[in-house]
Amino acid sequence: MAAGSGVAAEACVGQVVLPGDVLLLPAHPDEDGEQLRLGASVAPRGRLLCGPGLRRCAAGLLVTKCGLLRHRQPSGGAAAAGGAYWVDSQQKRYVPVKGDHVIGIVTAKAGDVFKLDVGGSEQASLSYLAFEGATKRNRPNVQVGDLIYGQFLVANKDMEPEMVCIDSKGRSSGMGIIGQDGFLFKVSLGLLRKLLAPKCEVIQELSQLYPFELVLGMNGRIWVKAKTVQQTLIIVNILEACEYMTADQRKQALAKLSGH
Amino acid sequence: AMAAAEGSGCCLRPFSCEQGLLSRPDGSAAFLQGDTSVLAGLYGPAEVKVSKELPDRAALEVLLRPKVGLPGVAERSREQLLRQTCEAVVLGGLHPRSAVTLVLQVLSDAGSLLSCCLNAACMGLLDAGLPLSRLFCGVTCALGPDGAIVLDPTTRQEQVSAAGGSP
Repeated sequence: MAAGSGVAAEACVGQVVLPGDVLLLPAHPDEDGEQLRLGASVAPRGRLLCGPGLRRCAAGLLVTKCGLLRHRQPSGGAAAAGGAYWVDSQQKRYVPVKGDHVIGIVTAKAGDVFKLDVGGSEQASLSYLAFEGATKRNRPNVQVGDLIYGQFLVANKDMEPEMVCIDSKGRSSGMGIIGQDGFLFKVSLGLLRKLLAPKCEVIQELSQLYPFELVLGMNGRIWVKAKTVQQTLIIVNILEACEYMTADQRKQALAKLSGH
Repeated sequence: AMAAAEGSGCCLRPFSCEQGLLSRPDGSAAFLQGDTSVLAGLYGPAEVKVSKELPDRAALEVLLRPKVGLPGVAERSREQLLRQTCEAVVLGGLHPRSAVTLVLQVLSDAGSLLSCCLNAACMGLLDAGLPLSRLFCGVTCALGPDGAIVLDPTTRQEQVSAAGGSP
């Protein structure tokens, strides 16, 4: 039942880890629980961030999801104390996380609050005042079935998730009701994170093909709108197939399409 | 061909697994042990009926469908064993008031069915990305008529065995 002795965390970075693996963290020789350090210390101890797929346990970090272990050094200095570890895993089901930008579908209007389906285990709530320029007299025009792009203000395992369509300064910054037409479809979360990476090749190559509007929600939902229905469906099919195509296959498919 | 398909002594039949083969469930896996094969589909953490929700952890439900006929008492007892195993490894405390459903379909039964179900359930949990504290697996052991232990027995070996069991 007890897990065997763990492996050093640095040795596993970039390798596949399985649930139940224990990762040992480097010990801090200057750490002393008994003495309090007074005055200016030599270097502040970095705080280690335990990201998705990892949990703290007595010995170090316990892996809870299978995937590749990643590490990022802290931006401060070259010292290895601190930084962040996380597991790059793949799944289809979304779990709300505070700060994530997602696409929700309005399912009900209950008084002053809209109920949104975000693909999680609970519906999220969105107040009608959480839009840019909304007041009690000037209400936003939201109907059941509309698509909303917003971010989570409150999202933890104990409370009902709450969404807003304004940022901390009160501006909408791209969030709000998504317009008419277009096509909404679902992909896996791993593919979505790849598309959200800066300078994503897929999006750059697709934008050479046709002009289109694209909204990516962290809950695996993508909304696409191009000039014609046919162009929209072509882009949808390419994005869905990107999950299992290599870069060469994708370039071939796009070359065939732009030739037509 | 019959003799070649059987394991002899402490040798397991060739086994294989395929993940992510179903498009609708959040996680799926097909596990094959020799000629025994089980398909697992996992949904969760999803919405739960108020009558079934637990305030501090996820409500796990296992449904085992036999190849022919309706589920009976044997399936119900296997479902309870699978549910207890899965509840011990899934970190349900991270998803309170949600439901995790595991559906297992027996595609073919050629012995060692319970261990094949356990292995398919574990691979399905991995494919769905649910947080787990550890992995689990199952191997069926049978006591042959001559007193020797046979691992991963076929249906014929199970029938002639003096006693059998699987973790």
